[in-house]
Amino acid sequence: MSGFLVRRLAGLALTLLAASLVVFLVLQVLPGDPASLMLDAQARPDTLAALRHQLGLDRPAWLRYVTWIGGLLTGDLGQSYTYSVPVAELVGERMMVTLPLAVLSIVLSTGIAIPVGVLGAARRGRPADTAAMGLSQFGMALPNFWLGILLILTFAVALPILPAGGFVGWDKGIWAGLRCLILPSLALALPQAAILSRITRSAVLETLGQDYVRTALSKGLSGQAALWRHAVPNALIPVVTVIGLQFSFLLAGTVIIENVFALPGLGRLVFQAISQRDLIVVQDLVVLLAGSVIVVNFLVDLSYRALDPRLSAQDGP
Amino acid sequence: MSRWRNRNLLIGGAITLAILAIALVSLAWTPYPPTRIDIVHKLATPSAAHWFGTDPFGRDVASMLMAGARSSLSVALIAVVAGAGIGIPLGALAAARGGWVDALLMRATDLAFAFPALLTAVMITALAGPGAFNAMLAIGLFNIPVFARVTRGAALAVRERDFVMAARATGRGEWSIMARHVLPNTSAVLLVQITIQFALAIIADAGLAYVGLGTQPPFPSWGRMLNDAQTYIFRAPLLAVFPGLAITLSVLGLNLLGDGLRDALDPRLTARR
Repeated sequence: MSGFLVRRLAGLALTLLAASLVVFLVLQVLPGDPASLMLDAQARPDTLAALRHQLGLDRPAWLRYVTWIGGLLTGDLGQSYTYSVPVAELVGERMMVTLPLAVLSIVLSTGIAIPVGVLGAARRGRPADTAAMGLSQFGMALPNFWLGILLILTFAVALPILPAGGFVGWDKGIWAGLRCLILPSLALALPQAAILSRITRSAVLETLGQDYVRTALSKGLSGQAALWRHAVPNALIPVVTVIGLQFSFLLAGTVIIENVFALPGLGRLVFQAISQRDLIVVQDLVVLLAGSVIVVNFLVDLSYRALDPRLSAQDGP
Repeated sequence: MSRWRNRNLLIGGAITLAILAIALVSLAWTPYPPTRIDIVHKLATPSAAHWFGTDPFGRDVASMLMAGARSSLSVALIAVVAGAGIGIPLGALAAARGGWVDALLMRATDLAFAFPALLTAVMITALAGPGAFNAMLAIGLFNIPVFARVTRGAALAVRERDFVMAARATGRGEWSIMARHVLPNTSAVLLVQITIQFALAIIADAGLAYVGLGTQPPFPSWGRMLNDAQTYIFRAPLLAVFPGLAITLSVLGLNLLGDGLRDALDPRLTARR
């Protein structure tokens, strides 16, 4: 197991390094010279040269890459050009919105999808199953930003019980902060729950047909017990895989949803940084977001072994 | 024959064809010119003259929705064709060559999947300049690894089948086997994937347009209409409903079409469900 873990960790480190190289290279080729983008076209050549020096652009690319990576590893993300504060500070502040939003969305989506999917499988073909699957077909087609607007229309305009957007901050109390995140996290969670409930349903249907479930039933276990103790745990691998994959969609989704609800999170920061050509912030954010997707997928991979002991048995002692 | 008469295929096909027809008709006719401003009749509610009402500039919403179908479908179509056009040969190459070529391509797709697609599309369009063309590029880019992965998986499975063994025994080259026997037998899987990616591309296009990075005004797009509607959400809530319905209906149609095609083309996949 430990040899396996070392191999996987080395793979993880390599992937993270490759991702950072891709981000760095893409930002090198894509927009041209950041300094001239930050200044307007009429800027004097010596102003441009001074800014290039200040940003370190007069140094060779490899040196800038190595400096950047070295900084990332020690927690120094550089200095934001427009906000004139360390990027790490900006990210930390915005993370307090995006992280709770993402966690709340995953909790909601999983909390809705697993019961619906299991119920659908257990009552396959009955009205409840047909209704749930029809609804999920519709839910999969809903763009989360439109759902966000519809939720605003319903719960902020027609029935004014929740804020239409904005974030009051956590210092006003947990509930005041959470209130601002309810609608955005629902908008993110419902389309994901639609997909996840279908995956759960077909995974449980698959395990319900297995011999061990028949054995459990024939030794006198009730249908409910066979379902929850044997069929559901064995169906979890594809479900966990999809939850892991959805994390990436969720992060991308927050970029748009934070715009719909005017939430000061990482997604909005990406936008502001791009529109103000604050490229160091863009570079840091994209690598942080891609890095978190890579780490989540790594954890999902590891969790397979906890869910299915046969997988670690294959490694040998 | 009855496989082709499944409900998903019929409903999905009908919705998709209807939206395609609306997009094509908009080339020749819309009730009003979609960009014509008519301040006197601004924010009109739906009526016989304006089926879906008018927006804050008095533009006819029905006409804008029709023109929006055209821009949405063309962005999605080109993005998917480009992604499939590059991804399918790459996947076939990985399956045929195996070894380090396969390993390298698969690591590259792994890496590509680490970047949240929409986030990167936002970055690319924002830095390279907003507009329909860059939106196509950014969305198309993320279709490449998907098609490469799906093609490779399907091709590897087909290569194990007896008829491929037989072709190999007759001394045919690896490429000729790939082109004449393997790829045609992966077409069912690829066709289904195309409908899925098409649906995702429509959502991505609308998302980019919503944040102002897709098709640029004055040309109408569903995403942009939603953004504009949000400003008037208290005065004219219906404006925020129609463009979203158009997106949802298109995506729903394509998803159903994909499910229906899968059932019709590959009954073995359905049997397991």
